[in-house]
Amino acid sequence: MSDVPATLYQAVALRAQVAPILPLAVRDLVLRFGEEVVLDGVSFDLGATGCTMIMGPNGSGKSLLLKLLHGLMQPSAGRVDWGGHAANTVTDRQALVFQKPVLLRRSVAANIDFVLKARRKDAGRRDALLDHVGLSHKASQPARLLSGGEAQRLALARALATDPEVLFLDEPTASLDPASVLAIEAIVGDARNRGVRIVFVTHDTGQARRLADDVLFLQRGSIAEHTRAADFFPEPQSQAARDYLNGRIVV
Amino acid sequence: MGDAFGLAFQLVLSGDADLLEIVLLSLRVSLTATGLACLIGLPIGALVATGHFRGRNAVLIVMNSLMGLPPVVVGLLVYLHLSRSGPLGFLGLLYTPTAMILAQTILIAPIVAALSRQVLEDLHAEYAEQFRSLCLTKLQTVQALLWDARYSLLTVGLAGFGRAVAEVGAVIIVGGNIDHLTRVMTTAIALETSKGDLALALALGIILLVIALGVNAAVQSVRMTAAKQAYV
Repeated sequence: MSDVPATLYQAVALRAQVAPILPLAVRDLVLRFGEEVVLDGVSFDLGATGCTMIMGPNGSGKSLLLKLLHGLMQPSAGRVDWGGHAANTVTDRQALVFQKPVLLRRSVAANIDFVLKARRKDAGRRDALLDHVGLSHKASQPARLLSGGEAQRLALARALATDPEVLFLDEPTASLDPASVLAIEAIVGDARNRGVRIVFVTHDTGQARRLADDVLFLQRGSIAEHTRAADFFPEPQSQAARDYLNGRIVV
Repeated sequence: MGDAFGLAFQLVLSGDADLLEIVLLSLRVSLTATGLACLIGLPIGALVATGHFRGRNAVLIVMNSLMGLPPVVVGLLVYLHLSRSGPLGFLGLLYTPTAMILAQTILIAPIVAALSRQVLEDLHAEYAEQFRSLCLTKLQTVQALLWDARYSLLTVGLAGFGRAVAEVGAVIIVGGNIDHLTRVMTTAIALETSKGDLALALALGIILLVIALGVNAAVQSVRMTAAKQAYV
């Protein structure tokens, strides 16, 4: 993987200056599926920069929260305020990398070309993006024959091709080997350093320690705590987070 | 029977001019109809596959039902429209290859639409959330689905072609089975069988089967190549 040219992130910086969508304010967010309440009165703020790790046990509502923030789902109640914009009106200024990458039935390069063309971005950025995620040598290969780590890096490159101001990642390194995890983390870390706001769901406490500026810990659809990473890991405030970090079973 | 087979193979191998003319016209009519049916049926299939609208279930029932359109009924409807006293009679298309193409297009467009709807709906279920995340327009979504399902849709086109090239009811009504003008393989087989000329009928039957096998083998080969690259 190579250093990314500074031009790759210029559009992000420009748009963020003209009509910023950050900070984010989430207020009393509720999501119900029938009688079941899966997110219950979630409120928090996210600043304009940095990397927020969302942690918590399975079923705590982490992935659903990402989809609500990204505008892919509508809340049953509450508000997601992106600098005065509703969530579903700023989806094109964000990107989401799914846990299981959905790659088109095309070559690696064509997967990037597709997004650049659909979003009317500079087609010349494809090579730089592939180079950035270390896939230049696989440009002409079928995307769906990539390994898990390569596929996720391609998904990440495709997300970055949209010039996102906010990048959501939903457990992108689940079931990847350590080398692939570090490769993904390096790309995400680079994006954060260049001004892309990162919101990252993970179960991996080591990963959270490496990347997080702040941690939002969910349990049973509610926020157990939202604190700076520097405070969270040595001294979690909630019992649920303490148990989780100590390896006890948290449901 | 044995003599008839012998004569049939002799006709095929000798490259009989009449036989060749019938075969080429059959292919021209059915391939054109398949192309037109794809132009009509694929976008309809894609729109229904990706759309959520009132009455969608009713549309699905109608689409699936139209797959079983009886060729003679289609032939009769096209005949009524193209006959001298019909609304399109002034076009003078009755008993021309164009009328046959029209009838076959009407016959197989619903097949293409209904089968492609199923293929594209399955693919859309896989892609939908990613596409929404990428903020694709409806048109971009449909274009991407059609392209990514191209190898599966080849089979859909093949199903349409198979139906077109093998049907006799519609083309005999609107084409009239006129020698050197609208005689195709199926109508010729029907005529020659009724006349007792089993050799020509069998020769045409053999060619029809060979074409069906050849087209299927070609499509299967393309699909296998695509499958190796995980494009299916």
